[in-house]
Amino acid sequence: MAIKVRIPTPLQKLTNDQAEVEVTANNVNDLIEALEKSYPGFKTRICDEAGKVRRFVNIYVNEEDIRFLQQETTAIKDGDEVSIIPAIAGGC
Amino acid sequence: MSYLKCLRSKGSGREYPKKALYVCEYDFSPLEADYDYEALKKDLTREKIEKGPLSLWRYRDLLPIDGEPTVGLHSGFTPLIRSKYLAETLGVKELYIKDDSVSHPTWSFKDRVVAVALSRARELGFDTVACASTGNLANAVSAHGAKAGFKRYIFIPHNLERGKVLGSLVYKPNVVAVKGNYDDVNRLCSEIVAKYPWGFVNVNLRPYYSEGSKTMGFEIAEQLGWKTPRHVVVPAASGSLITKIWKAFKEFEMLGLLKEKLNTSIYCAQAEGCSPIATAILNKSEHVLPVKPKTIAKSLAIGNPADGYYAKDVITSSGGGAAIVSDDEIRDGIKLLAETEGIFTETAGGVTVASTKKLIENGAINPNESIVICITGNGMKTQEAIQDVVGEELFIDPTLESFEATLHTSKTK
Repeated sequence: MAIKVRIPTPLQKLTNDQAEVEVTANNVNDLIEALEKSYPGFKTRICDEAGKVRRFVNIYVNEEDIRFLQQETTAIKDGDEVSIIPAIAGGC
Repeated sequence: MSYLKCLRSKGSGREYPKKALYVCEYDFSPLEADYDYEALKKDLTREKIEKGPLSLWRYRDLLPIDGEPTVGLHSGFTPLIRSKYLAETLGVKELYIKDDSVSHPTWSFKDRVVAVALSRARELGFDTVACASTGNLANAVSAHGAKAGFKRYIFIPHNLERGKVLGSLVYKPNVVAVKGNYDDVNRLCSEIVAKYPWGFVNVNLRPYYSEGSKTMGFEIAEQLGWKTPRHVVVPAASGSLITKIWKAFKEFEMLGLLKEKLNTSIYCAQAEGCSPIATAILNKSEHVLPVKPKTIAKSLAIGNPADGYYAKDVITSSGGGAAIVSDDEIRDGIKLLAETEGIFTETAGGVTVASTKKLIENGAINPNESIVICITGNGMKTQEAIQDVVGEELFIDPTLESFEATLHTSKTK
């Protein structure tokens, strides 16, 4: 068993059009590195030059925004689900 | 003739075709409509705009459609009202109320953005439109979409005010109430949009939709005699309206349509239970951190504001500021506007009035300079919020005797 990652449309070109992929990792940083290894170019898309997750990228672990958890050091384990979603707007 | 050139990434600056796209593939930043400003400089004049229809479509040359507008032909061009009693109460000289509580057809500024989004949706060939909404957008998509003949899916948080739910249902769209807050609804919609060929006004049509908000800024400037005010107070949820009012002023300035130099500061009004943008501004923090909303101002209850960083930049670079107000202050704000100006606004308007009061009291806004406050929605939609604080009617028998007895003994609170 591994961690399921849902891939947003703009990044599916990198994952051979797969909307969901599986990786093994212990925390969100690991997960990004693992994705980069399997799908080269992934990291530079969701992280800025300093290696931090870009401000327009929201990452959720089991439906919770990682900014409410431990940000990039949030722990993850086999069976967890991770979603990567671009920020969008509504309201005023 | 259209001046819409392309979509452009706000982050990387890369160019994209003017289709139903919304996010830059390289850095995930939002895409924004870009126009042929060189041609506009030659063609667009104050006189041309003044001859246009009495709706937001008088600014059509600065809106992102290719052909003639087809939706919301009566939306926008709402009153800009010079305040007397509210100005006196707040101790300021020159105060104006931009009153979108009477926007056609659903009484909020969302009628503007949806007029633009659905006109564009039709050009792009969609037969179904959808939105994630805190209520006002839901009403506007439901109503405009009915008249324009679109199939509609409206996604809302499950705990909205009844007036806002009914105000969507009556137009017979598919209303889907999601067990979660707005941020949950928004997230769900961003996954649905990848799977269904629908035009989501605030997701894949967002570059078009959000431009509609500029018309509030255009109108303020035109109605002030082609001038911008010294201060504008704007309520913020995602922060989009703040950025678009600013963009409107900057476009008018660039095109030489203003009679005076642009010298305007923009202020962000938010509620205590959901103030990610205002908090970042007041704390001078680099990051806009998301929150879990808890406020009676449900139309502003967006804890994860997509345009938060851009709104913060506008406020900082315009020399503006921010205010955060409590639920009680919001109720007082609603009552104050009603009692002094005869305008019944919803909770977001209460946030704006209360924030303006605070900004004047704490010296952020100079009382001798001109101020515009943006009232974005109508109070009939959020009656629950104030039902316990507006007093009660006097009950009498249908006789003169009963009337006079009551007249002498009591008055409504």
